[in-house]
Amino acid sequence: MSSAVLEIEGLSARYGEAQALRDVSLHVGEGELVTLVGRNGAGKTTLLRCVMGLHRQSSGHVRLNGTDISVWPPYTRARAGLGYVPDDRGIYATLAVEENLTLPPSVASTRWPLTRVYDAFPVLKERRAHAGTKLSGGEQQMLSIARALRTGASVLLLDEPTEGLAPVLVQRVAAMLQEAKREGTTVLLVEQNLRFATTVADRHYLLAQGQIVEALANQEVIARESELLRHLGV
Amino acid sequence: MRRGLVLLPYAVGIAVALALPRVMYPVLALDILLWGLFAMSVDLLLGYVGLLSFGHAAFWGLGAYAAAIAAKSADIPFALAAILGAGASALLAVPFGYLATRRRGIYFAMVTLAFAQLVFYVANEWRDLTGGENGLHGVPRTFPGLSLGRSADFYYAALPLITLGYFLAYRIVHSPFGHVLVAIRDNEPRAQALGYATWRYKVLAFVLSGGLAGLAGGLFALGNGFASLDLLHWTTSGQAVLITILGGIGTLWGSLLGAVIVLELRDALTSAPEASGVVTGAVFVVIVLAFRRGLWATGRDALRRFAAPPVSARIDISGGEVRHGRS
Repeated sequence: MSSAVLEIEGLSARYGEAQALRDVSLHVGEGELVTLVGRNGAGKTTLLRCVMGLHRQSSGHVRLNGTDISVWPPYTRARAGLGYVPDDRGIYATLAVEENLTLPPSVASTRWPLTRVYDAFPVLKERRAHAGTKLSGGEQQMLSIARALRTGASVLLLDEPTEGLAPVLVQRVAAMLQEAKREGTTVLLVEQNLRFATTVADRHYLLAQGQIVEALANQEVIARESELLRHLGV
Repeated sequence: MRRGLVLLPYAVGIAVALALPRVMYPVLALDILLWGLFAMSVDLLLGYVGLLSFGHAAFWGLGAYAAAIAAKSADIPFALAAILGAGASALLAVPFGYLATRRRGIYFAMVTLAFAQLVFYVANEWRDLTGGENGLHGVPRTFPGLSLGRSADFYYAALPLITLGYFLAYRIVHSPFGHVLVAIRDNEPRAQALGYATWRYKVLAFVLSGGLAGLAGGLFALGNGFASLDLLHWTTSGQAVLITILGGIGTLWGSLLGAVIVLELRDALTSAPEASGVVTGAVFVVIVLAFRRGLWATGRDALRRFAAPPVSARIDISGGEVRHGRS
């Protein structure tokens, strides 16, 4: 069964003595938008970092389009089509907004041209000469996602893109993800905001204490929302 | 109008460079420009990649020896000899950079220092080629159609090549390549996650930096007519780092300013060698305390505050479009 674009099999990871991930297996199909939900400390960020190669798993495999990339360095993974939007947004403070956008290398012909980014986010155009960190939180998030799209990544890994955003900006992020999805981009999204997750995602994985405890279809999540919210502790 | 203002500093810089040998001893003027270029090559790594090289004397010295040997053994134009020096240093920087960039921080500094010491001892032992402790003297400088006997003449003849060196450093920093370097400096894993094989960029930056240091060293040997062991000594690396820090890390032009101060100070104190340590030390302490980020950066920001009104007052509403500017 290798129709999955991104496939994680038996992945375990640790920080010293602390086990962060335990035998995690999941898959994301082409053009699918899948979220990972779970409490703080459940291992969601570690999972994305392992997929990107920023944290080395202690065992298990990561496959991209059927190719085992488990031991690849981050830059070859990026060149193979993975785009990463870290939870700290990863904006370069010393570079201007436009310089942040022109920084990523082109890895595929599907990359967004600068004009398209500016059409989608007029605010970034308006502020293109500003230092990256002079932007508001929401604008920084836009910049971070736009930068990942600039490479032409076919699989986006997003770490809590809505964290700390005003509702109107959350909608903008949702619109952006839907547009990327329409174009066939595959997305693995880490999210605490269950409402937001259900508006954009096809499926969900529930992560607790480093393990996948449930795989849920979107309707199931909507139906069991209050129960899941209790589980998430929000 | 605006464009004119942008170009103004360069016009002033060129005017100062042209007038320099008339207001000071031409040999000192040349030394200042060359040490400035040397320190710039250090700043390229320190300020833009975040790597402190404590072994750049190897490239400065190798450039000097290579240019001196070339000029002595073959009757070639000085510019060609200097470029040969730059090439030799860039070539040496390939293996050094390849190995040193695997380390970072203090370990990188130590590895570069060790490599530079290696070059120092090789030069010391290889007497047939380098003259050992005596060094190489009577290095000729020629250029078809020019007489370069006087120091001032050589200064003007070398100026285009030196300017080219500055221009290269500037272009490297203000290019997409330079932005990747800054990205690596600020956060290397993040640059990797964007898709950059960061070690390649670091090695290339190291090689470019070594080449620039070699160009400066080569012109130094040709301008002064000698290449000696102290060009390769670790204190030479130290002085280049010192100039960079005084001038301001990550500013490029600060290195020139730092070179003016350090070399002027050294020159002024040659008649009183016993006082030189105390005076230079005191001056450095004052500069470091008063100008935290170096002379150039502090001075530039002060000038900007003085010359430009606050950002809020600069929003241009005449065109109907709000423009935020980083002028």
